[in-house]
Amino acid sequence: MKIVVIGHGMVGHKFLESLAESGLQGADVTVLCEEPRPAYDRVHLSEFFAGKSAQDLSVVEPGFFERTGFTLRLAARAAHIERRTNTVTTVDGETFSYDKLVLATGSNPFVPPVPGRDRSHCFVYRTIEDLEAMKASGLISKSGVVVGGGLLGLECAKSLRDMGLDTHVVEFAPRLMAVQVDEGGGRVLRHKIEAMGLHVHTSRNTVEIVDGREARHRMVFADGSHLETDMIVFSAGIRPRDELARQCLLAVGARGGIAIDNHCRTSDRNVYAIGECAAWNDQTFGLVAPGYDMARVAAKHIAGDTEANFAGADMSTKLKLMGVDVASIGDAQGKTPHCLSYQYVDELKQIYKKIVVSADGKQLLGAVLVGHADEYGTLLQMALNGITLPADPEFLILPSSDGKAKPGLGVDALPDSAQICSCNNVSKGQIGAAVGNGVCTIGEMKACTKAGATCGGCVPLVTQVMKAEMATRGMAVNNHLCEHFAYSRQELYHLIRVGQIKTFDELLAKHGKGLGCDVCKPTAASIFASVWNDFVLKPQLASLQDSNDYYLGNIQKDGTYSVVPRMAGGEVTPDGLIAVGQVAKKYGLYTKITGGQRVDLFGARVEQLPLIWEELIAAGFESGHAYGKSLRTVKSCVGSTWCRYGVGDSVGLAVELENRYKGLRAPHKIKFGVSGCTRECAEAQGKDIGIIATEKGWNLYVCGNGGMKPRHAELFASDLSKEELVRLIDRVLMFYVRTADRLQRTSTWRENLEGGLAYLQDVIINDSLGLCAELEAQMQHVVDTYQCEWKTAVTTPEVRQRFRSFVNSEQVDQTVRFVRERGQIRPALPEEREQAATSALDA
Amino acid sequence: MSQVIDTPTPAANATATLVCAAADIVPNTGVCALVGGRHIAIFRVVDATGRDRFHAIDNIDPKNGASVLSRGLVGNLGDDIVVASPLYKHHFVLATGACIENTEWSVQAHPVEVREGQVWVSLA
Repeated sequence: MKIVVIGHGMVGHKFLESLAESGLQGADVTVLCEEPRPAYDRVHLSEFFAGKSAQDLSVVEPGFFERTGFTLRLAARAAHIERRTNTVTTVDGETFSYDKLVLATGSNPFVPPVPGRDRSHCFVYRTIEDLEAMKASGLISKSGVVVGGGLLGLECAKSLRDMGLDTHVVEFAPRLMAVQVDEGGGRVLRHKIEAMGLHVHTSRNTVEIVDGREARHRMVFADGSHLETDMIVFSAGIRPRDELARQCLLAVGARGGIAIDNHCRTSDRNVYAIGECAAWNDQTFGLVAPGYDMARVAAKHIAGDTEANFAGADMSTKLKLMGVDVASIGDAQGKTPHCLSYQYVDELKQIYKKIVVSADGKQLLGAVLVGHADEYGTLLQMALNGITLPADPEFLILPSSDGKAKPGLGVDALPDSAQICSCNNVSKGQIGAAVGNGVCTIGEMKACTKAGATCGGCVPLVTQVMKAEMATRGMAVNNHLCEHFAYSRQELYHLIRVGQIKTFDELLAKHGKGLGCDVCKPTAASIFASVWNDFVLKPQLASLQDSNDYYLGNIQKDGTYSVVPRMAGGEVTPDGLIAVGQVAKKYGLYTKITGGQRVDLFGARVEQLPLIWEELIAAGFESGHAYGKSLRTVKSCVGSTWCRYGVGDSVGLAVELENRYKGLRAPHKIKFGVSGCTRECAEAQGKDIGIIATEKGWNLYVCGNGGMKPRHAELFASDLSKEELVRLIDRVLMFYVRTADRLQRTSTWRENLEGGLAYLQDVIINDSLGLCAELEAQMQHVVDTYQCEWKTAVTTPEVRQRFRSFVNSEQVDQTVRFVRERGQIRPALPEEREQAATSALDA
Repeated sequence: MSQVIDTPTPAANATATLVCAAADIVPNTGVCALVGGRHIAIFRVVDATGRDRFHAIDNIDPKNGASVLSRGLVGNLGDDIVVASPLYKHHFVLATGACIENTEWSVQAHPVEVREGQVWVSLA
């Protein structure tokens, strides 16, 4: 069967995935995609401005087309459908024949027909190309206007603000998000958004756009007022792309969109339409979840499952707009005849909540939540599953004043069929099954079921269901460190800090059992270092250290160690470099430049380490902590000092930050990067902490990673002064040190934070847990008590004497053998050992 | 300090080698000694009652031939007192030299005895 799909957006790709899963044999599938890249996540498009790349946003798993044998044609725009011959012709004149045709053409942004709308620096907000153009314009603009105060318009306004533009939102309706929220909700939303420095103009009808006097454009409104701005983005709604269907005379809905039946079939039995381009019962759907639903239905139907039905969709939604929670459920506007409503308004905290209930007060029909939407999951499930309301439904939205729990719905009340994640159609039963298969973290749950993996709105509910399921299965959430401690690392940290515990013996006596092991000992050592910051090799601590920390070097495969002197910010004087070279030469060490902009010297035997370090210290170097789960390096580009493009002194800042945080021990290693401009030569967005200079200060990115599982860091805060930047880094790092699991990098830690980035911002920027003063004080303690461990080690005789290969002999370790390659030593292979030298200098 | 003589069997005076003073080994760590040309890891482990126990096994990790076992972390897994190789973290039972993760990597345990504060090892 030949299947042609027109459109490769999120819904088009979901169709392909569903088709691949349907088990349909012998299908010859071709996808025509007008964009130059495969399907990407348009829901999270604004993250493109927060540092995500087009690649990060892709929704196509690597190898998908190779595995399925489907053909993807990029930049191939369908121009014409000929239903008599069952063919599709592209603008390039290529023709494809089909047995089944699937239209997934999506929608176009609606641009009001205002004279001047096609001036330069006027954009729409739909594709990555649109965003790239906006980004370029943003660099040479001071102000920006978003036309449209709906969901997408506000997302877009956030992007403009993140680019540092003076941002305005112009809305035709009398309130923001007129579709989803009512008047009261709109008012609170507006206050919140204005408090963030955005300007909101409602009830404004733009009549023309002309040259501005102060800025590039002047927008003239129907009431005679005007607004000047350098760039304009239209985000005033979407219109289904049904022109191909109209051309070939397929039926369309009364308000546009390709008319479809319950199987997503158009008026032609061989043509299907799915997603935003389709109209079901004259209704179009601008959300991804119904589109996914249609994609699954169409795929199943084509594969022969005639039972597959699309039955409409719930348009409830929850999102975070510039940090403001906004949620809308069912009949948010209270349009059901005789319905009643309850409202709660807190003007101080700017919170608005409303529920709409049936005339008999028994069913929940709708809700609006602005400013705080924790009840969303509970309310949605109540509305969807027709659960009878408690006697006093107002308590569902009232803050609990006396610490009493709210009348929860209790996930136990939900049927197994209850849809928990609407984006990916994951039911309570499927989450339960995943738990049965051993899934017990939210990260694993996302990977395994995709629940919570698209918009993320259901993550709290997924977590609740998962934990309840684990409890019923008697699976205690076992995050115990090891057999010696029935605590997680986070709990142990707390016990050590609050109990003022400074030795492992005391910790074991008070909270553990047995002798300890290679899991709990280094964990405890790391916590002791983070909290008290004593010398790691002092008598009570030495035996807890991993070989790397015990010998203050990185153990290599042959049992030798590598030596890395600190070169803060990657800066080194010629004399310093010469000194390092002389030491390397004297001991015959293999020398390599690291990815962290410093020099690594390999092949040192334990007894050589103190001698080598004595010489390095004399030359002005100190420990680089390359051996520790601790701050490694702050990589930098050369910055404004030398670079003709630089806007900030990245090297200066990098040196300062590296010197501030050096020696900080953490659950895992920590790397920083500082770039002097948006060209990002220091690759800061691949680091745990990334900093990029802007015209107005520094942008802070957090929780990135290279390595095995690359993750782009996310924009955390913009245009910071150095003092603000340092304060936020102090807090983020200490919060990570406190709460992460053992050996958990910041990226995984962040992935597992239930509230995501917004939660982290709340804790760190808004101090929602009231922790920040403590976090800062603790970091200051670590900074104030820094010492070069190598300096202490070589000058403390009882420590220094441990650096020997044999306790009873001065002999050289004969098992260490070197050969020469490309002018330097390397460990001998087994077959080379006999002839190989035991001294690096003889190799 | 009280010392306990440990397994496998007490060293015979004639064949035992004096390697160091007990105090030369930091509690709960190991050292490496050359005994008859062989690399031997000697551990001083403080048991639950606070007494020192001494163990000796081969120092060379059979997994890749590096002489490193004395530099591993000691502790207990269940009833066994073990050392974790610093290279790949596989565990060796100190009393027997058995490798828990893969018996093919097991090493030899050796008799060790402490007399008057001196550590004596004889090869098994």
